Amino acid sequence: MAKPIKKKRIAVPEQDPKARIHNFNEVALGYTFELAKEEASRCLQCPYEYAPCIKGCPVNVNIPGFIKKILEEDIKGALEVIHETNSLPGITGRVCPQEQQCEMNCVMGKLGDKINIGKLERFVADYAREHGIMAETKIAPKNGKKVAIVGSGPSGLTAAADLIKMGYDVTVYEALHEPGGVLIYGIPEFRLPKDIVHYEVKFLKMIGAKIETNVVIGKTITLQELIDEYDAVFLGTGAGTPKFLNLPGVNCKGIYSANEFLTRINLMKAYKFPEYDTPIKVGKRLAVIGAGNVAMDAARSALRVGFEEVYILYRRTREYMTAREEEIHHAEEEGVKFMFLVSPVEFIGDENCNLKVVKLIMNKLGEPDSSGRRRPEPIPGTEFALEVDAVVFAIGQRPNKILYQEVPELKTTKWGTLVVDEKYRTTMRGVFAGGDAVRGEATVVLAMGDGKRAAKAIDEYIRTGEWPEEIKPKTF
Amino acid sequence: MFEIVDKKVLAPNIKWIRVKAPLVAKSARAGQFIVLRLHEKGERIPLTLFKWHKEDGTIELVFQEVGKTTYELGSYEPGDKIMDIVGPLGKPTHIENYGTAIVVSGGVGAPIGYAVTRALKEAGNHVVSIIGFRNKQYVILEDEFRKVSDELLITTDDGSYVRKGFTTDVLKEYLANGGKADYVFTVGPVIMMKLIADITRKYGIKTDASLNPIMVDGTGMCGACRVTVGGEIKFACVDGPDFDAHQVNFDELLSRLTEYKEEERIALDRYVKGVH
Ligand SMILES: Cc1cc2nc3c(=O)[nH]c(=O)nc-3n(C[C@H](O)[C@H](O)[C@H](O)COP(=O)(O)OP(=O)(O)OC[C@H]3O[C@@H](n4cnc5c(N)ncnc54)[C@H](O)[C@@H]3O)c2cc1C
Ligand SMILES: Cc1cc2nc3c(=O)[nH]c(=O)nc-3n(C[C@H](O)[C@H](O)[C@H](O)COP(=O)(O)OP(=O)(O)OC[C@H]3O[C@@H](n4cnc5c(N)ncnc54)[C@H](O)[C@@H]3O)c2cc1C
Ligand code: SF4
Ligand code: FES
Repeated sequence: MAKPIKKKRIAVPEQDPKARIHNFNEVALGYTFELAKEEASRCLQCPYEYAPCIKGCPVNVNIPGFIKKILEEDIKGALEVIHETNSLPGITGRVCPQEQQCEMNCVMGKLGDKINIGKLERFVADYAREHGIMAETKIAPKNGKKVAIVGSGPSGLTAAADLIKMGYDVTVYEALHEPGGVLIYGIPEFRLPKDIVHYEVKFLKMIGAKIETNVVIGKTITLQELIDEYDAVFLGTGAGTPKFLNLPGVNCKGIYSANEFLTRINLMKAYKFPEYDTPIKVGKRLAVIGAGNVAMDAARSALRVGFEEVYILYRRTREYMTAREEEIHHAEEEGVKFMFLVSPVEFIGDENCNLKVVKLIMNKLGEPDSSGRRRPEPIPGTEFALEVDAVVFAIGQRPNKILYQEVPELKTTKWGTLVVDEKYRTTMRGVFAGGDAVRGEATVVLAMGDGKRAAKAIDEYIRTGEWPEEIKPKTF
Repeated sequence: MFEIVDKKVLAPNIKWIRVKAPLVAKSARAGQFIVLRLHEKGERIPLTLFKWHKEDGTIELVFQEVGKTTYELGSYEPGDKIMDIVGPLGKPTHIENYGTAIVVSGGVGAPIGYAVTRALKEAGNHVVSIIGFRNKQYVILEDEFRKVSDELLITTDDGSYVRKGFTTDVLKEYLANGGKADYVFTVGPVIMMKLIADITRKYGIKTDASLNPIMVDGTGMCGACRVTVGGEIKFACVDGPDFDAHQVNFDELLSRLTEYKEEERIALDRYVKGVH
């Protein structure tokens, strides 16, 4: 049966850029049922064994499978197909770099536009949430064993959910006052509404997880205490320690890590100051150093809190930017300015060290480095000054060492990530780890996938008691 | 939720509270702090652990009302609840038997100084406490210090109690008169710590200072609390709050503390006028 090929992607309704830079509401409004069906009808329904999109997805969501269910108007069915491998579709549908994963491989790309998989996935999750539709969740009878999860980011939340379904008694410990990890404190409301994260956390509690906020493992409770009390421990502590460049003036006022800037805004709601108590300083011009998702989030948040002019300063060129395509596009639409091939060399403040100027140097691209990307090389004599009121560093994060600094038995790599083997086992018996804590800065879907696989490994360990003599480090 | 079980006014605008926080009480050590958030709209602020009691799961805090959050906390009464308390945070003060240890505390640095004094005393040190206050009205914790110090030297800026002078004057005289000092710990206003460090540097006495930069999370996640120590960037909440006082860039710390002056004023004005 020959179906007509529909080359054009169905556009996703979005908030107008001029209006949205004055609010924190979500930018992409998502498909309606009608639009979703239209987009779904473009899918060629590649067979499961072949479908390249499935292979491109880090957790192998059965994409043609759930798309077919949308066409059949069976949203519960669609959700259940997704839930087989992905328990957070409302989140991944919004934040996955689909253009480098599932959508990159989409066969429709050869005939026209690729299928908008991310937005369809999001549609299923949103429609289900809004209409009280839940996937059938089978929870095994309690087996009397206990697992502690440290950190409530996507890896921890996923591991917790899967272990509960297997019959374990699960407690999640979170250092901050709200669970969700980066999903709560980092990724802004306009990209990932916090209600969606709250919904996932509520679901987890509903199926029986205990979530203990305001508990720092390593400080409030030691790791050893957890090991003694629980049958296994999972560390999903993320990579939350921001990097700064130790340049002259770097501690002037007006210079922040993206984490501080975004935490003030997202977690502490500084954009509602003084209704909320946490302040944020707003000036005229702000520059963000870096060009990943974190940088885009900081830049776009800066516009929304009232900075008039926002720059992205990047040491390489446009094609090396690591942010999701959609975020770059949205940032451009909103008026963020991009400056390529520049690196900061100095920060200059007034007599009270209030930041006034960032001194930049021009780069050229040299030989590829170990990551295969061409290395930026400064061109002597090309320094110039950019007047700014604020600078945000978004140049990467290291694993948060608050937990391991007092546990020498937990081996780390030279990047500070935890050493684990292919079953997510750390160098301490009964202790597992996944997500950014073992990968360094990665993605939500990878963290979620780790949580899932670690849950399986934890189950196997508790059932068999097997632990290897030696941990063979897995490289990520 | 964390219930306040007792409260006292120690001096004008300086209050003492005892709060139920069993997990913190169980793990606390001298020199560590907590971060609290009063309610849904509240800011996260750090306060040092003054005392803690494993037995009944309570902690004691002493704070000075300086801005919106501390004034609001000051209005809480026994029975009221603080929404979030997390801790103990920071590295505990390094405690060993140095011989003679001097603890120099100024103003609301006193509760921190007290916890460290007690720990040093328990470790077998001969402890000399130097505590300084603005004037007689502001003298706090005198009895507490007396119980855990071998020598207690009190001073007031205006001479309205015991003697006139700053803690720096007292330390200088003590050392000039041949007083013994194998270790100095200092906590209080930044200027004071800087001057204390200048004095002990000349004598080559190992000195730690407890730093109090602006903090947000208190878990090493934001870098708001960064300080320069020996030319390197350190995060006070996880690498400190104690650092080698001879290596700290105090001027930078002083400047960074003023970052939100304007916003702090707005928040306090609004609070005083009763807009919540
Ligand atoms: C601003 C920003 C934007 C991003 N955008 C995207 C995006 O668009 N798409 C994408 O796929 N990825 C994105 N990422 C990356 C993604 O968010 C992370 O890869 C992912 O969140 C990692 O999950 P995790 O579970 O490993 O840890 P995290 O989400 O980092 O959570 C770790 C949690 O553990 C807690 N914790 C740490 N130590 C302790 C302790 N000792 N005791 C108790 N709790 C502890 C932390 O407080 C935190 O809540 C972004 C990251 C940032 C910062
Ligand atoms: C590790 C640590 C331990 C501390 N322990 C105590 C304690 O035991 N008792 C106590 O009274 N205070 C302590 N402080 C200081 C206390 O955190 C601040 O006074 C408080 O955050 C002020 O909040 P606010 O909203 O009332 O005032 P704000 O309006 O925020 O600030 C008012 C004034 O306080 C200063 N200030 C703001 N934040 C801080 C800060 N984090 N540290 C120092 N000064 C600040 C501002 O520069 C300003 O001059 C400690 C600070 C740190 C970092
Ligand atoms: S989880 Fe991410 S990569 Fe996989 S199908 Fe969904 S959007 Fe695509
Ligand atoms: S307070 Fe955020 S890193 Fe120290």
